[in-house]
Amino acid sequence: MRLLDIISLLLGVLLAPLLPGIINRTKAFFGGRKGQPVLQLYYDLYKLLGKGAVYSHTTSWVFRAGPVVGLAAMLTALALVPCGGQGSFLKFQGDLLLFAYLLGLLRFFTVIAALDTGSAFEGMGASREVQIAALAEPAFLLGLSVVALETGSLSLTGIFERLSFETWASAAPALLLVAAAWLVVFLAENARIPVDDPNTHLELTMIHEVMVLDHGGPDFAFVLYTSALKLWVLGALLAALALPARTGHPAGDVAVFLCGQFALAVVVGAIESTMARLRLVRVPQLLVAAGVLSALALFLGLVR
Amino acid sequence: MNLLLAALVVLGTSALAALLSGRNARAAASFGVGGSLVGCALASIPVLRVLAGATLDPIRAGWSIPGGSFFVHLDPLSAFFLLPILFLGAVAAVYGGAYLPSHEGGAHGVPAAPPRALGPAWFFYNLLIASMILVVTSRNGMLFLMAWEVMALTSFFLVTFEDEKPAVREAGWTYLVATHIGTAFLLFFFVLLGREAGTLDFDRFAGLPLAPALASLLFSLAVVGFGAKAGFLPLHVWLPEAHPAAPSHVSAVMSGVMIKTGIYGLVRSLTFLGAPASWWGWLLIGIGLTSGILGVVMALAQHDLKRLLAYHSVENIGIIALGLGAGVLGLHYHLPSLTVLGFAGGLLHVLNHALFKGLLFLGAGAVAHSTGTRELDVLGGLLKRMPWTGAAFLIGSVAICGLPPLNGFVSEFLIYYGAYCGIAAPGRVAIPIVLSIVAGLALIGGLAAACFAKAFGSVFLGEPRSDHATQAHEASTWMIVPQYVLATGCMAIGLLSPWLIDVLIPVIEPLTGPVSADVLAPASHVLEGVTTVGIGLLGLIALLAVLRLGLLHNRTMGATGTWDCGYAAPTARMQYTASSFAQPLTDLFRMFLRSRKEPVALRTVFPESRHFATETPDVWRDLLFRPLFNGVAWVFGRFRWLQHGRVQLYVLYIAIALLALLVWKLG
Repeated sequence: MRLLDIISLLLGVLLAPLLPGIINRTKAFFGGRKGQPVLQLYYDLYKLLGKGAVYSHTTSWVFRAGPVVGLAAMLTALALVPCGGQGSFLKFQGDLLLFAYLLGLLRFFTVIAALDTGSAFEGMGASREVQIAALAEPAFLLGLSVVALETGSLSLTGIFERLSFETWASAAPALLLVAAAWLVVFLAENARIPVDDPNTHLELTMIHEVMVLDHGGPDFAFVLYTSALKLWVLGALLAALALPARTGHPAGDVAVFLCGQFALAVVVGAIESTMARLRLVRVPQLLVAAGVLSALALFLGLVR
Repeated sequence: MNLLLAALVVLGTSALAALLSGRNARAAASFGVGGSLVGCALASIPVLRVLAGATLDPIRAGWSIPGGSFFVHLDPLSAFFLLPILFLGAVAAVYGGAYLPSHEGGAHGVPAAPPRALGPAWFFYNLLIASMILVVTSRNGMLFLMAWEVMALTSFFLVTFEDEKPAVREAGWTYLVATHIGTAFLLFFFVLLGREAGTLDFDRFAGLPLAPALASLLFSLAVVGFGAKAGFLPLHVWLPEAHPAAPSHVSAVMSGVMIKTGIYGLVRSLTFLGAPASWWGWLLIGIGLTSGILGVVMALAQHDLKRLLAYHSVENIGIIALGLGAGVLGLHYHLPSLTVLGFAGGLLHVLNHALFKGLLFLGAGAVAHSTGTRELDVLGGLLKRMPWTGAAFLIGSVAICGLPPLNGFVSEFLIYYGAYCGIAAPGRVAIPIVLSIVAGLALIGGLAAACFAKAFGSVFLGEPRSDHATQAHEASTWMIVPQYVLATGCMAIGLLSPWLIDVLIPVIEPLTGPVSADVLAPASHVLEGVTTVGIGLLGLIALLAVLRLGLLHNRTMGATGTWDCGYAAPTARMQYTASSFAQPLTDLFRMFLRSRKEPVALRTVFPESRHFATETPDVWRDLLFRPLFNGVAWVFGRFRWLQHGRVQLYVLYIAIALLALLVWKLG
């Protein structure tokens, strides 16, 4: 294990809460506001970790286990994700599947923790979450098959080590389709506009936010941090796919990768500022379209 | 091998002893449970030896039946299928020992049924286990069909245990018809094979020079005949009827292992039929996709916990069929990785499904037993009332959703990984392989997670929605211990998979031919990675749990009601129900479900109480089989004039038939 592998893990652990800050600042810029500090989430996490907690009488240990299992799943997923072309903490052939299913584990526990509160709002959010996830998963995994095919590796590290602008030159249409599909999956999985609005005021219209309404104190800090990590790991894949620059020096590669991550956050902020949220009945169509894009990319990659 | 025979004898005699104990429930249960435990323990010794690499001599004895011989053998394939049969058979028997006696008492005000003789129930249970052992070890077509028939009949009598209920009789009837239609195809299958081989002994079936058309015909017969038992869509219609009707330990055995004898039959037939045609693989993948996706979609629409689980068996059989289909395609296109990983994943899922589905059915039985209902929308909050059952059910749910680090993930992972290796397929074949398996499994996984979030959430979480749930109590010790034995199995396979793959290799070698090391080594290396991450994940969970406790230590902890936007008088009935939870997905797939909704018409400004109900009957039963059987009944109704109850006429028919035969024989 190289020092760099640990650094890619540490970068995620330390910098993940930066992404929501960048997104919010971008949205503030578009709205003509000054906006909250870029480090706001760090302050929030620090404050929440220092608090006590209030639990509903209805809840059981499942509610308390939800944030813990979710965070553990996300940290494990982070360990599998390379920092651009640089190695990840853990790697083996087939780890891309494990990565996808760790996201599934996080979702399952978030959903049952929400159902544990017995609230109709949280049930509604959970119901929407599982619907969106069930449709996003094929799009994501098919996209992974395409990049695995193009690079000849079944490990996230191997894929992104081998992915370069030459790969883009030879298979641009397929990779472009995958990038488009993944952007949709990225927005949907991270509960961003046009699928979900993190800033909505009405419980009835939320998806992700409503599921964590009842969490407080350290539990909520875990939940917020988990969301930031999810943004980081899915963003890492998208950034590494879209910007596979090789500078010839590890530090340079990492810098390029970080630029990609932050640029992605700016893009998300721009999308959130310029688009309206889709009606809920349209969301499945968007996700199925993403799945079709991935499938099409698979055809392009293989027919070549 | 003698131990295997001894096990059969023990199971048979204990069955008889249980039957003869008649109304003495305690004696019947002792014979039943004791016989199952001893029988399964005895049989497990040769099974484990074979899986560890020993080879045993077959037993062959003559038999007066034409074409029949008592020919049994235990090869790794048989031993692998016996493993879950014996394990789940013994565990479910212990559970049944605690479950059946108290099954009588009507819970919560339902008048108790008159005491029922438990002797027959144990008689049929032990015979069912014995017949399943014989099905997977017999090496003669006649013996196989007889064991198959005993298995069908004993499980029929177990399904109709509560035969005073019309719904149970209806379910039993459906099952009886379905299983015999399957057997009819199998009869044809064995007759054709036997004609080619000149005998019904299996050892002569392998390596027959079959014409491709005949091999394809035989394969189709096997798919229908064995598929009816396994529950391939659309032959699954008996599952959602029979599983809920049976007592829960029987549901566990039927769903966990009995339907797998269909998979065993199919796999065994594949070893007879020589090099497979490509369309066999595509057919299996097609069956896998339809059974897998539609099975879980139909499960999502159910309100009855055991019916939901029964549809999940259809889904999991679909996953197994996907694995087998991948293996067959790998054989056809000479892709060793796809072959080995497809078959290994499919067969490992057989074992995994036995563990988690057995666990879930036992949990569902404990819930039904404690609350007196299986209706999801009247349950809730049971985790506080039944903490042990609830935790076990959660483990089963995580496992069946294929989430790491439990066993369901490992087998699905192998199939996925095989499909990714299928990328190496020549030309354009790889597209449909990767597309169907990856997209199919991903969709099935997402929908299964939705379904089990719904099932676990509506039964165990939130507030109780009715008195049924409020008055629930934890199940007895001997109903809980079996659940944890199975849960331990789920954990163990999830974390010990690299060592399991070595056991699986001799099991699949009759199908794949010798497995070379360069296929095997990467696979076990990959599984080592899965195990490492699984252990790391569990370690992290423990670490974070300690961290959380440390953070909350000595802090102020409050308790209040759930946030409900300040509403003044929330009630438990305002919780999101299971039906509402599943509604977005069931609406998405409505063309495959055709749920009936009772419309709610709100006409006045201040409407009083309104009633809303949805029902999702099996669309295949209603739209495919009902018209089909009505048609058959109509055709045969045309011949009713032949039969009008006059004995003289029947004697005349017999005389005419004899005369015709005589003329035919002489002429």
